[in-house]
Amino acid sequence: MRKIIELKNITKSFDGEVVLDNISLDIYDNEFITLLGPSGCGKTTTLRIIGGFETPDCGDVIFMGEDIKDVPPYKRNVNTVFQRYALFPHLNVFENVAFSLREKKVPKDEIKRKVTEMLSLVALKGFEKRSVTSLSGGQQQRVAIARALVNQPKVLLLDEPLAALDLKLRKDMQVELKNIQKATGITFVFVTHDQEEALSMSDTVVVMSEGRIQQIGTPVDIYNEPTNAFVADFIGESNILDGVMLEDRKVAFAGHVFDCVDAGFAKREPVDVVVRPEDVDIVPEDKGQLQGVVTSVTFLGVHYEIIVDIKGFKWMIQTTDFCDVDEKIGLYIEPDAIHIMKKSEYSGMFGDYSTYSDEMEEIGEVEIGELAEYEEQEAAPAESETEK
Amino acid sequence: MKRASKIYTALVMVFLFAPIAILLVFSFNDAKSLSVFSGFSLHWYRELFRDDETLKAVRNTLVLAVSAALISTAMGTAAAVGMNRMRNKVLRQTMDSVTNIPMINPDIITGISLMLMFVFVGRLFGAATSLNFGTMLIAHITFCLPYVILQVLPKLQQMDKALPEAAMDLGCTPLRAFFKAELPEIMPGVITGLIMAFTLSLDDFVISYFTSGNGFQTLPIRIYNMTKKTVTPKMYALATIIFFVILTLLLISNLYDEDEVQKRRAARQIRKASKEAKT
Ligand SMILES: Nc1ncnc2c1ncn2[C@@H]1O[C@H](COP(=O)(O)OP(=O)(O)OP(=O)(O)O)[C@@H](O)[C@H]1O
Ligand SMILES: [Mg+2]
Repeated sequence: MRKIIELKNITKSFDGEVVLDNISLDIYDNEFITLLGPSGCGKTTTLRIIGGFETPDCGDVIFMGEDIKDVPPYKRNVNTVFQRYALFPHLNVFENVAFSLREKKVPKDEIKRKVTEMLSLVALKGFEKRSVTSLSGGQQQRVAIARALVNQPKVLLLDEPLAALDLKLRKDMQVELKNIQKATGITFVFVTHDQEEALSMSDTVVVMSEGRIQQIGTPVDIYNEPTNAFVADFIGESNILDGVMLEDRKVAFAGHVFDCVDAGFAKREPVDVVVRPEDVDIVPEDKGQLQGVVTSVTFLGVHYEIIVDIKGFKWMIQTTDFCDVDEKIGLYIEPDAIHIMKKSEYSGMFGDYSTYSDEMEEIGEVEIGELAEYEEQEAAPAESETEK
Repeated sequence: MKRASKIYTALVMVFLFAPIAILLVFSFNDAKSLSVFSGFSLHWYRELFRDDETLKAVRNTLVLAVSAALISTAMGTAAAVGMNRMRNKVLRQTMDSVTNIPMINPDIITGISLMLMFVFVGRLFGAATSLNFGTMLIAHITFCLPYVILQVLPKLQQMDKALPEAAMDLGCTPLRAFFKAELPEIMPGVITGLIMAFTLSLDDFVISYFTSGNGFQTLPIRIYNMTKKTVTPKMYALATIIFFVILTLLLISNLYDEDEVQKRRAARQIRKASKEAKT
């Protein structure tokens, strides 16, 4: 695959505050790449640097082998779908889509042909004469996509394009976007803070936090092999524990020695251990590697989500077997369900469910800002309780 | 109670419009009398249009008002765009207050200070009479500017900041992006600003009085000079015409009020949608 965009050691600050800290990223032809991270981590800024709306303080932006750091947006072969669409209210649907063609002085009949073709691609045939302000959110979204694609850019930048849509429409648009990307073969750089969306749509996921890239990989890699506690926690649910690597393929955590599949750590190296909630088996108390008490049970349709207290550390487990609150159970973890990570600055900040409740989860999903607060609260007890 | 409030409203109306009504009636008076209406005639209007000096003042006023309105609208819009783009909050707020000063400043002070400046600068360059059409135009632009900014700035703030960026993304240079994406959005504000500047300039007496010279006379100054001699009904005719011109402008500017524009836009859309639904 051919590299189409390379970001090299990009740093950017606003008013003395570092927003992007030495970011390097390669984007390949035909790829659906997603920038994923909590609010304020610098996703939009990264996108705006690619689009030409911000200039990095240092570092290079390479587009098909050429440095385009000083090329203005209107000369870049890149188009953007803006966060709130930014359709021109004074123009109708046809004219919005035709905008860039008119700027390029494309002949009239060709404009008509291209715009019609684009509108049918996004399923908006017959809407040509409608005013964009009279369209629903999903329709405006599709006009914005058509407007950006009609120019046949090499790269399409999409800044949280689905954030304003309701859940059902969002799912439909996810499929539709993916189809459009496959049909046109254009590289999509997609920004979201919804991890599910990122995993389901992307070829490559870039996890960002606090202006730095934490991990780049396929959705499966990112989910199965997170590089640190931040990624493990941000992508899906995880129990993250303090552990010690005894030797290759042997790790101690939660007061027990487990077999695992990871190797290459120093002897007795402190590590973070990730166990996904769906990878824990519930067994009778005497057969388990760990023993604990069920403290809460939530029925979620496909499975139960239970919180188990094991020596003060609250584990989340997803299971189809019913357990009662206060029941004593044993836990069994397969060696390949244990993922070992090097210690990082995020160690001890995530992965304990001691303050977990459904209500908080709901707040967290809606408002990322509050999630951060919740995680801060969570971090304090996690530190003291996991020391052993 | 209801009756009392009706009477009250009627009284207010009488107080507001009686002077204008009297003016209007007596401008059509046959005779010169101010107390007896002796018959309808267009005599004073004919008289008015024969008065070359006054007609010249009318022309001066219009030329001045149109130029002042156009220039201050262009400058004010540009200033508003610049102020809106300022990232520094303190600087932006300072600019905001500074531009408002001419608005709250009494006209007479603005007038005197402008005159002083023109004379001072004129002397500096050794001109004998420094007050002319040019100085008056500058003066009028000065006091119109803040009103234009006041009309345009809120429209810019309401606008989606991404619009000009979207235009640039689609191939416009920054300047073209302004005309293609930003200007259509703030147009209601620009038009209201233009009309406001025009009426303000037409209306102004105090500042014009201090900054006019070299035989250049605007209508308010001409009227003032005429009243120093004798008041003839010719002036009632003139005042009546001015009143209706201003009234028309006011109505147009109200029509351009954004709410109105939006309401009409929405209504049109509903009508269109219902038509589509039927077919
Ligand atoms: N023009 C600007 N001036 C000052 N600070 C800015 C500017 N643009 C962004 N920032 C700051 O940079 C940081 C990163 O912003 P950015 O918009 O890239 O975040 P994001 O990851 O897109 O977040 P979100 O998910 O909320 O859109 C934020 O702290 C923001 O306040
Ligand atoms: Mg953003």
